[in-house]
Amino acid sequence: MYKNWWKILASILVLYTVIGGLLIQVPELPILHESIRNLYFHVPMWFAMIVVYLVSVIYSIRYLNSGNENHDLIAVESVNTGIVFGFIGLTSGMIWANYTWGSPWPNDPKLNSAAISTLMYLAYIVLRSSIEEEQKRAKISAIYNIFAFPAMVVLLFILPRLTDSLHPGNGGNPGFGTYDLDRNMRFVFYPAVLGWILISVWIMTIRYRIRLIENKQNQID
Amino acid sequence: MKKLISLFSFFIISMGVFAQEGKIEMADELRSSGKIYVVVAVMTLLFLSFIVYLFTIDKRLKKIEK
Repeated sequence: MYKNWWKILASILVLYTVIGGLLIQVPELPILHESIRNLYFHVPMWFAMIVVYLVSVIYSIRYLNSGNENHDLIAVESVNTGIVFGFIGLTSGMIWANYTWGSPWPNDPKLNSAAISTLMYLAYIVLRSSIEEEQKRAKISAIYNIFAFPAMVVLLFILPRLTDSLHPGNGGNPGFGTYDLDRNMRFVFYPAVLGWILISVWIMTIRYRIRLIENKQNQID
Repeated sequence: MKKLISLFSFFIISMGVFAQEGKIEMADELRSSGKIYVVVAVMTLLFLSFIVYLFTIDKRLKKIEK
């Protein structure tokens, strides 16, 4: 994880999508117009968030198995990073919605469940800070995390699909993948997703390493 | 005759519809005047500085870890 090549790969991928995402031809669609390019920037935030949450739940399970404190620290810092990406996803979606749906927050099932899942992870942070004793805190929050992850997946991907939703890919609304996302767009979209996932993992590892040093210092004091 | 007129009017109406479909507004003018490249330059700068910042933090952390 301390090696550099994947960090450089992530930078190149996202740099390419910043340039290509603005210049490469996109399909001409009503309502969306040029704002379809937001797909390259708004959607990867959610992918990045889900991946770091997945890392978090994996390390929570590993913590329960091993009792290794470092696994718990990875789980926390993953959630901390994921929340940032979640908020960027929410606000970028609100800006996009304002100009295409006419309101930043139409009470849409996809939006509401995205907000609820973000709140669930905020609750994880609150839960952690409310328990003084370290091992107890790690254990209880790991169990909470294991319940939160599948709930987040259900909220984001299953419940919005069961009702009507404005959001592409939900409730009888075709996703970009079915016909809007043409070949040109895939060439930018997939590198964007991969690049932002790598960047989110990178930020998570930086936060984890800082946390490790802090932890060591606290034990010395 | 009535059929012919209705058919003819159908063609006229549908032509109008097609004409509207062809006119989806994209940033053609922005591109032709070359100003989209200004946005590209700004966003590239932003992202590059973000990446450089991340790399420097990474480097400093490595030093501290040693």
